[in-house]
Amino acid sequence: MASYVEDTELRLGLPGSDALATRGSKRSLPEDDAAGDDSSCRNGGSGSAAKAQVVGWPPIRTYRKNSFQAMKVESEASGLFVKVSMDGAPYLRKIDLKVYKGYKELREGLDGMFNCFSQGEFSRKEGCNGSEFAITYEDKDGDLMLVGDVPWEMFICSCKRLRIMKGSEARGLESRH
Amino acid sequence: MTYFPDEVVEHIFDFLSSHRDRNNVSTVCKAWYLVEQLSRLRVFVGNCYAVRPERVMARFPGMKCLTVKGKPHFADFNLVPHDWGGDALPWIETAARCCPGLEELRLKRMVVSDESLELLARAFPNFKSLVLISCEGFSTDGLAEIATHCRGLRELDLQENEVEDHGRQWLSCFPDSCTSLVSLNFACLKGEVNTSALERLVARCQNLRCLKLNRAISIESLIKILARAPNLVELGTGSFTADHRTEAYQNLLNAFYKCNSIRNLSGFWDAAPRYLQAIYSICSSLTVLNLSYAPAIQVNDLIKMIRHCFKLQKLWVLDSIGDKGLAAVACACKELQELRVFPSDVYGTGIAAVTEEGLVAISSGCPKLNSLLYFCHQMTNAALITVAKNCPHFTRFRLCILDPVKPDPISNEPLDEGFGAIVKSCKDLKRLSLSGLLTDKVFLYIGMYASRLEMLSIAFAGESDKGMVYVLNGCKNLKKLEIRDSPFGDAALLENVGKYETMRSLWMSSCDVTQGGCKALAAKMPRLNVEVINEREESDEMVENPSDMHRVEKMYVYRTLTGPRDDAPDFVWTF
Repeated sequence: MASYVEDTELRLGLPGSDALATRGSKRSLPEDDAAGDDSSCRNGGSGSAAKAQVVGWPPIRTYRKNSFQAMKVESEASGLFVKVSMDGAPYLRKIDLKVYKGYKELREGLDGMFNCFSQGEFSRKEGCNGSEFAITYEDKDGDLMLVGDVPWEMFICSCKRLRIMKGSEARGLESRH
Repeated sequence: MTYFPDEVVEHIFDFLSSHRDRNNVSTVCKAWYLVEQLSRLRVFVGNCYAVRPERVMARFPGMKCLTVKGKPHFADFNLVPHDWGGDALPWIETAARCCPGLEELRLKRMVVSDESLELLARAFPNFKSLVLISCEGFSTDGLAEIATHCRGLRELDLQENEVEDHGRQWLSCFPDSCTSLVSLNFACLKGEVNTSALERLVARCQNLRCLKLNRAISIESLIKILARAPNLVELGTGSFTADHRTEAYQNLLNAFYKCNSIRNLSGFWDAAPRYLQAIYSICSSLTVLNLSYAPAIQVNDLIKMIRHCFKLQKLWVLDSIGDKGLAAVACACKELQELRVFPSDVYGTGIAAVTEEGLVAISSGCPKLNSLLYFCHQMTNAALITVAKNCPHFTRFRLCILDPVKPDPISNEPLDEGFGAIVKSCKDLKRLSLSGLLTDKVFLYIGMYASRLEMLSIAFAGESDKGMVYVLNGCKNLKKLEIRDSPFGDAALLENVGKYETMRSLWMSSCDVTQGGCKALAAKMPRLNVEVINEREESDEMVENPSDMHRVEKMYVYRTLTGPRDDAPDFVWTF
């Protein structure tokens, strides 16, 4: 719109106020809302994470939103299933990390599943002495990590999948440790 | 016509099914008014505050079926405060006194207390059907009253209500003598029901044709229920997942084989892919499929199922179907009339799921499409123009681009031309929701072409008062206008004040309307209620004596015969 047209329009607003400027400053348009956003969500569209702060947008019935929220909460509460692969095994398994209380139980569970640690004690400090295998995991950042370094609670939050590595590769990890 | 006896005129009126037609004939002359009022059985009240219940029931003493709507549509999106109003009790109380022969009650967006349900259950001996849509305020206690006391109940249909679970086994309250149920929908309830009571109820209600189970019902229970109700036409499946790793699959397959009448399927809350195959045998007869509460179904399983659904007329899905899935729908579902694609990631932070490509594919594959609700990440003018050409029969077109002011990503232009093409091509368009970057031009087009438009929803659109004025001056059949976050102010509001008496309601929130503008409107039009909703979270000096220049956050204007309502909470001011 040409500005001269706007100048001649009759309005009941305060003199000097402009509808568009008012709109921009008073309504929290998604692009304006930057504070407190999870910046990792800013992909694709502009300021998409900030939309959560605009009341009633997107226009989805509360009932539907609540249903999905309930489903999401449930799926988070119901278990922490991660894939477990073992080098050389033809197929993968899945385990629920929440059923284990700590690293010892985890190792025992994996041993039961894969028969990989026939002897030797798993020790946080010493790595997998006496075993051909090392338990590693892929964390949130996609890095391959040796299981056992961080406290258990921290581990189950960041573990995305487990990989039981064998032989020489495993020893390589130990020496880095 | 005045030479015909009343019974003949009444018989002729029997053929008029729409409320509007009956309203129109009642204005022809006094004789017709009297015949019509005494013979009207189905009464529709679009706004519970437009007229008092007493007046309605005095005019239509023979009323058998009453429909009442309460809160404005934007209440669905949390824009209306919780205790704004819309109480159903006055309607039920008055009906109990004046129309005890009431048989059917349909309420939408109203507050229904357990007390109301208890009164309903006891006051109407012929009561047959209760339909509650997007209501709140009641619990399983109220449902227990209905189940216990409504002899001869045929229909209990609860759609998307917020129901409190007080643990009462309401379903067990249906007496053994109850055999009349035709339709039972409790899909929105969160709590458990006694499954053996449900199985017995289903078994003794031989006329049951519609049964929609809630998420608490597992596949094992579903199988037993289907065995007792093989004549179901509409089924809501419950969770569609098994409690134990039983041979549920084979039993499920057998159960569905026997159900030859199912035409309408919904539910699938936690559907596991291995069980979906059990329903392929009935997919080819389905006319309605609602998978919009089934986030667990992956797109490939969805496509496998859709391929069988060649008679489908109505499809509701999540946007995880993707453009690829929509292309499959376009290939398979040539009879499709209504499509709704809901966002699976409700906060819109995920990756793009459906785009304009999916919609274009649907429009070219499904020429009978007339109703659309489409949540997407982007849309282009070119796509909308193509859609308008392919599908000129739209009556409902609701497009929601998740980023509310997003332009055409290819041309970077506003979407005025695209929506303009839609309104120009679809001459029967009754309902339209806009989104994306839009200037005043789109409203010029709407005013020019959308002559049958009845409901328009505007969000984050327009540049000046002109936009709103184009609509008010142009759309002669407009009934409901709802606007949020758009730069329309007092000049637009006051441009055509007479228009609002021809409409049911106007909602404006986060626009540029001021207190002074609202007062001016109210002063000019005494038969409108101009409600201003003032919510204050922190203390605000302005709340005591806001000046006329003060911008109004939420305004709801509606025509009414009653004057200001007497149940308005203190944050609602009626001028």
